[in-house]
Amino acid sequence: MKKLATGFYAAIVVALMVWGFYQAIYVAPDESTMHEVQRIFYYHVPNAIVCFAFFAVSLLGSIGYLAFRRSNPEWAQRADAWALAGAEVGVVFCTVVLITGPLWGRRAWGIWWTWDARLTTTLVLWLIYASYLLLRRFAAGPQMQTLAAVLGIFGALDVPIVYMSNRWWRTQHPAPVFGGDADSGIKDPAMLAAFGWNVLAWFAWGVLILLLRYQVERKHQKNAALEAREALESHV
Amino acid sequence: MPRVLWTHLMKDLRIEWRSKEAINSMLFFALLVVVLFSLAFDPRGPFSQSIAGGVLSVATMFASVSALNQAWAREIRHQVMDAQRMAPTPGAELFLAKVLANFLFVTIVQVILAPVFLVMYNLRVVGQAWLLAVVLPLGTWALVANGTFFAALSIRSRNRELLLPLILFPIFVPALLAMVNATGGILTGESDPGMWIKLLTGYDIIFTTVSLLLFDTVFNAE
Repeated sequence: MKKLATGFYAAIVVALMVWGFYQAIYVAPDESTMHEVQRIFYYHVPNAIVCFAFFAVSLLGSIGYLAFRRSNPEWAQRADAWALAGAEVGVVFCTVVLITGPLWGRRAWGIWWTWDARLTTTLVLWLIYASYLLLRRFAAGPQMQTLAAVLGIFGALDVPIVYMSNRWWRTQHPAPVFGGDADSGIKDPAMLAAFGWNVLAWFAWGVLILLLRYQVERKHQKNAALEAREALESHV
Repeated sequence: MPRVLWTHLMKDLRIEWRSKEAINSMLFFALLVVVLFSLAFDPRGPFSQSIAGGVLSVATMFASVSALNQAWAREIRHQVMDAQRMAPTPGAELFLAKVLANFLFVTIVQVILAPVFLVMYNLRVVGQAWLLAVVLPLGTWALVANGTFFAALSIRSRNRELLLPLILFPIFVPALLAMVNATGGILTGESDPGMWIKLLTGYDIIFTTVSLLLFDTVFNAE
């Protein structure tokens, strides 16, 4: 049943992705100043949104693990699996953001990279979660889960500070498209539709990968627990 | 000052006084970084003024990692760390003592290094020099408080000495940025370091508080 549901959901995700691609490349009108290169926006921004959402999942998982690790080990293990899955899939999406950004910047600004607030924040975020994944490799067992959860919380705390520090420093990234000043927001309904479909498609895709990663990690945890129990019993 | 904190602090200071391991290795390392940077960039005139803040901050950062790694490695020998875990005292005091001791070591290194640095980079302080006495301790505190915490964290892993810089540096980025810009602003006198000092203060308060709160969790992780 679970497999059927997953397969069904995967089929919907593929359909959404195809539809999103069609909308972004063929339906959305040409942008008046940046022309074709602006279409990368339909991939760049949705990926960034998904990446931030998944890092938030990771943070909640980390807090959950620390909160439940004594009182409810089962919940704690689940929270830890969410923390890992969120961080790992988030890093992948963050990588996509960091690759698509410079591709656009080269055409729009004439430079690949600039040390601007949002660029630096995203890069530092990537670095923090990459170090989080490294820590998970280097340590082992329940001790590693606690240490990783603590680092996850530290990393999340750091992000707003990095953002503020860079905003004071210099900012070149376009102002927020939504919720910025009075002039912000996408005016063209066809563009808005293409953007909306792509956010939905990439989010659905991300959730699929996140769920798969979560289940793999849960199996991994259960196997590890089983092996530990067997090792204990074999000595009796 | 609480008695436990004082005991831990005096113990660390006494060990350092007898061995001088941390200060000597840090001093030499920082000196090497300063020399290497000046060979690599050939700093002259206004260019040296503008990069000096960054070089000093990065040199301190690299050097302190070598000492911070040793801070807890010493406690592992003879199971001192296990004994401390069993002791009925709050881990926060142990942590704070370690931070204070290392803060003192890094500050001593900076004080000795500063004249060498001024000579090698032909520096002239254009802005308000006394502000350096605010910025450097704040930056050092950010580095040492986080560093001591993450050293306690990475000591529990397999590649302990390798892991510390890998997890410390990304978290330290905003403080480094603030420290570099503030010292740069003071040396060149072109920008006002006030905002960066506020950022550093905020960073110090936030991360020291969180470290104190989470230290027991990390220290007793099993």
